[in-house]
Amino acid sequence: MKRYLLHRLLLFFPTLVGSLTLVFFLIHLVPGDPVEVMLGETASGADKEALRRGLGLDLPLWTQYFRFLSALARGDLGRSLYEQGGVAQLILGRFPATLELTLAAMGFALCIAFPLGVTAAVKKNSWADRLALLFSLLGLAMPNFWLGPLLMILFSIELGWLPVSGRGGAAHLILPSLTLGMVMASILIRMIRSSLLETIHEDYIRTARAKGLSEWKIWLKHAMRNSLLPVVTIAGLQFGALLAGSIITETIFTWPGIGRLTIQAIQTRDYPLVQGCVLVISTSYLVVNLLTDLLYHFVDPRIGYGK
Amino acid sequence: MENKFFLSIGIGILLLLLGAALLAPAIAPYSPAQQDLEHDLLASSRGHPLGTDKLGRDVLSRILYGARISVWVGISTVSLSLLIGFFVGSLSGYFGGRVDQLLMRLVDILMAFPGILLAIAFTAVLGPGLNHVILALCLIGWTGYARLARGEIMAIREREYIHAAQALGGSPARIILLHMLPNLLPPLLIQATFGMAAAIIAEGSLSFLGLGVQPPTPSWGSMLNEGRQFLLVAPHLTTFPGLAIMLTVLGLNLVGDGLRDGLEKKGK
Repeated sequence: MKRYLLHRLLLFFPTLVGSLTLVFFLIHLVPGDPVEVMLGETASGADKEALRRGLGLDLPLWTQYFRFLSALARGDLGRSLYEQGGVAQLILGRFPATLELTLAAMGFALCIAFPLGVTAAVKKNSWADRLALLFSLLGLAMPNFWLGPLLMILFSIELGWLPVSGRGGAAHLILPSLTLGMVMASILIRMIRSSLLETIHEDYIRTARAKGLSEWKIWLKHAMRNSLLPVVTIAGLQFGALLAGSIITETIFTWPGIGRLTIQAIQTRDYPLVQGCVLVISTSYLVVNLLTDLLYHFVDPRIGYGK
Repeated sequence: MENKFFLSIGIGILLLLLGAALLAPAIAPYSPAQQDLEHDLLASSRGHPLGTDKLGRDVLSRILYGARISVWVGISTVSLSLLIGFFVGSLSGYFGGRVDQLLMRLVDILMAFPGILLAIAFTAVLGPGLNHVILALCLIGWTGYARLARGEIMAIREREYIHAAQALGGSPARIILLHMLPNLLPPLLIQATFGMAAAIIAEGSLSFLGLGVQPPTPSWGSMLNEGRQFLLVAPHLTTFPGLAIMLTVLGLNLVGDGLRDGLEKKGK
């Protein structure tokens, strides 16, 4: 376990530094003058010079890069151009909302995917199986920037059951988490079904049947436990994707999370804030992927580096 | 039997999309930019089967022209990504060693980003526009093909016929293109089909966020973005472009699934 953990961490840090470097150069090697992009062409020379100095853009690129890395190590993401306070504080203030939405979306996806995936496998080729697969096909094809407004039209405007947008109680969370979790649910349904169908032909399942166990007990207790591995991986990787997907969902439902902050920062050309948001989302994505890998190893200790 | 049925439906949807894209100037009842401010936000009618938008433009015509953008984004993004991915993956898989280490670390770094996030950052920095969207999608798209090509090439590079080709003095380029590529094509094609669906959704997402195709060019994503402001009075502005995206992606996914199932059966 220790060796595996060490290997994964050794791989994690270069990738993390690589991705931070990519974000830095993406923002700093923009064709044209970033200060002019931020202030507009009509800004005075003195204003431009002051901002350039304030952001450290008058320094050589490599100096800027090492300053950026050293500031990052201290948890300093710079200052927003328009909002009060540092970028790190702004992002930290929005993080709970994004985490809440992402966890709710994941909860929704798991609650839908398990019953549908298991039923589809147990009743293979039945109408229930076909219905689950149809749900999964449509869920995968439906972009969240369309599903969100559709749900809004139906449940908020036509029926008036749920709030249109914003963050508040549990009712505010339903439509955004449905929108965000749909793709994950669709992927998991297929995954659970195919994983269970693979496991069900194993010898130990035949033994369980020979012992006279009920079909549901065989499926849920014996087959399910051994089908969980690929499901855990996909669920973990998808959780990272949910973090990124929240950008669109938060925009649709004016959910006050990091995703919406990113889009607002892009609209106001607040590049330090854009850089901070992209860094935080991508680092969270990397960390979640690392944790998934470790969880995968924990669920099945046979899986490890070099084995 | 069932798989063939779904594959046929997928192919049917894609043919419809291609037909709409190619024949848009001939079959669209109006020009996509033709405004009629006296008839704005109309619901379905005989003159405008899918209604009109806030500037009185015909939604059906804009959807038909929008198909051109989606087809162009899908084909250009996938072709470019496939070319770069195949080139990098071949180098990596064929030569191995340090070249492989270096290229795969680069792939790892790019794959460490959720795709749409990097595309959003890229278009935010470069500015909106169709070409920037395609560039951004290629930047994130080639890595999957590179990994796939590398894996397949590593699997076949120790086969006897490859050793024979090497012994006969074949250059790496010749061996990769003539002897390895035919083995690589089926899995790459399957991935390309799903990649096209992903590219169309990503373009829609960027245009929806205002970072993609700019008005007045009709793109399904930007139409959805414009329609969002009129959810209460004109829900058709949101419904139809979204339906077009969903059907296209469904068609591509069905074809991808069908090809994959066919290939797996052949493999067995």
